[in-house]
Amino acid sequence: MATRSIAAYELKLAAPLAGFFVLFFIAPLLILFYVSMQSDTGTSLAQYARFLLDPFSLGVLGRTLWLGVEVTMLCLLLGFPLAWAYVRGPRWLQPVLILVVLLPLLTSVVVRTFACIVILGRQGIVNSALVSLGLIDTPLRLLYTEGGVIVALAQVQMPLMVLPLITALSRIDPNMDDASAALGAGAWRGFWRITVPLSLPGIIAGCMLTYAAAITAFITQSLVGGGQMLFMPMYIYQQATALQNWPFAAAISIVFLATVLAVVSVFNALGRLSRAHA
Amino acid sequence: MPNDASSTQIATGASLTVERVAHRYGSAVALEQISLHVAGGELLSLLGPSGCGKTTLLRIIGGFIEQSAGRILIEGQAVDHQPPNKRTVGIVFQNYALFPHMTVARNIAYGLEARRVPGAEVKARVAEMLALVRLSHLADRTPRELSGGQQQRVALARALAVRPSILLLDEPFAALDKNLRLDMQIEVKRIQRLSGTTTILVTHDQEEALSLSDRIAVLNQGRLEQLASPTEVYDRPTSLFVNTFVGAANVLPGVLDAVTDGTARVTLDGGGQIAARAPIQTIAPGEPVVVCIRPEHLRIATDGPGLTGTVEMGLPLGATIVHEIRTAAGSSLKVAEPRATGMEPRPPGTIVTLHLTQPEAVGVFRPAA
Ligand SMILES: Nc1ncnc2c1ncn2[C@@H]1O[C@H](COP(=O)(O)OP(=O)(O)OP(=O)(O)O)[C@@H](O)[C@H]1O
Ligand SMILES: [Mg+2]
Repeated sequence: MATRSIAAYELKLAAPLAGFFVLFFIAPLLILFYVSMQSDTGTSLAQYARFLLDPFSLGVLGRTLWLGVEVTMLCLLLGFPLAWAYVRGPRWLQPVLILVVLLPLLTSVVVRTFACIVILGRQGIVNSALVSLGLIDTPLRLLYTEGGVIVALAQVQMPLMVLPLITALSRIDPNMDDASAALGAGAWRGFWRITVPLSLPGIIAGCMLTYAAAITAFITQSLVGGGQMLFMPMYIYQQATALQNWPFAAAISIVFLATVLAVVSVFNALGRLSRAHA
Repeated sequence: MPNDASSTQIATGASLTVERVAHRYGSAVALEQISLHVAGGELLSLLGPSGCGKTTLLRIIGGFIEQSAGRILIEGQAVDHQPPNKRTVGIVFQNYALFPHMTVARNIAYGLEARRVPGAEVKARVAEMLALVRLSHLADRTPRELSGGQQQRVALARALAVRPSILLLDEPFAALDKNLRLDMQIEVKRIQRLSGTTTILVTHDQEEALSLSDRIAVLNQGRLEQLASPTEVYDRPTSLFVNTFVGAANVLPGVLDAVTDGTARVTLDGGGQIAARAPIQTIAPGEPVVVCIRPEHLRIATDGPGLTGTVEMGLPLGATIVHEIRTAAGSSLKVAEPRATGMEPRPPGTIVTLHLTQPEAVGVFRPAA
């Protein structure tokens, strides 16, 4: 009797949250779906057909997904050594690194993105340093390039990669390295055969978070990319506000959402596989 | 048959010399001036209380930490500049450190593959090692699916597969329950004999050290207290620490009277004189000393000459019976005697006399500072 009343009580406690989700997540999603079905000829899948048959739209989708891959790879490449240094480095380094990693999270995305613009601009820190060192004569074009967007996004999303990596790496028994070395394996073999497989759950979680965040990062994408490059979030925004084409914007949103969910579930499946033995 | 022999009989292990090795962690001294030599094929135990530096010494030998001073030599060659993967030293960690994402067979093959042994030979060696530790039927399990004792055997097989010249075992039995521990101790001894690998076993369990080792190195607070055979360490401990740490001892204060012909005479503070083995430390007559009497070297009688006391408690422990006796001077002594069938402990309060059975078994040392 007591347990049942407690269970009922707990359900009641969860009700406000459930209501919140229904009101602000499920309902808008349904509305979005309903809007996407509207077209000149009544209710149909015409908007979806238009998107999927249009090379320009598909190009934007493809570029966005590829941008995510590039940002994720860069984050992994830079984040792994950082996480490694945090876990295995000297004790005094830990507070320094955690501050460096967490600082971006404590600052607004807008502020960080403008900082990137300052650093990457024609008169920015990078260019003036290169010019004064005599390495280049005229400032490089860093801003409003795909490279600039990738670097800026990597900086912004770095904590999402590093934090899961730190968790995964610190769960590895430090004796593993010693055991590998004692068996005659060099550092590289130990790294690829022991450390990487054992940190795979962290790598996958970090990649998933970074990827999802990078392809949906409206502010950084549009501010650093400028008008030159169009990615999905901006494309949706343009269709909705500038062109007032709400049904098409809704259809793109649904397609984008489905794609992201597909990518995330692939990562999830990989994660489950890797956790089975790590 | 020579083929058969070569597959199981591995060449005798290398000799190891530890030369005046010292180690400090920051300013804390963990080891001071340890020197010892281990012959090829020997099993040496490092025995000592927690925190005495056993693991530190083992890790220095394996090359996982660099000593502050001194040298490590394998077969007479200094190896101090070599990283662990260049020393032919195998190690079994206290928690085994098996690779959790690999099967038992892949764990054992790891070192062979790192040494670029051809695939067919790897397969043969893995099978040979699995047979040696009697785990052939579990080759495809992952470490997680094994019991503690099975994991330990895999760790042993993995370390032995690359035919190390020296095998280091860091408290390998600590995590096992009593029965399994005994089985595994016998197993390790069997494998060690069979493979002829020079082995260093770290332990804080004196029974384990006494039963398995060819020789025991007793460590205390980073110092080597005694290095000798198990019976020597037990019968003729060279320091008060060794006498009390290995086996039990009743420690009584007294004053040294004289030393003649390898026999010392000590007047106990509680009254009475006792004969003992001549001290190893140089102690002048008249100086204060302590004598160490093992409980099994005392016998209880009801009359005759000797120390008198009253029974405080009697504990029948199966094959032996232990009495706690309080002497007139107030010190309390343990006496262990073989127990005959039907023998009951003496009731508390009984007045008894204690006889010493072997004067040469009594140690005389300077009192602890
Ligand atoms: N990484 C370290 N940094 C500082 N001090 C350490 C470190 N490792 C060990 N010590 C200290 O050095 C001394 C010896 O440690 P060690 O681990 O060798 O002891 P041990 O004999 O193996 O003990 P146990 O039986 O508990 O494993 C201890 O006092 C310990 O506190
Ligand atoms: Mg230890």
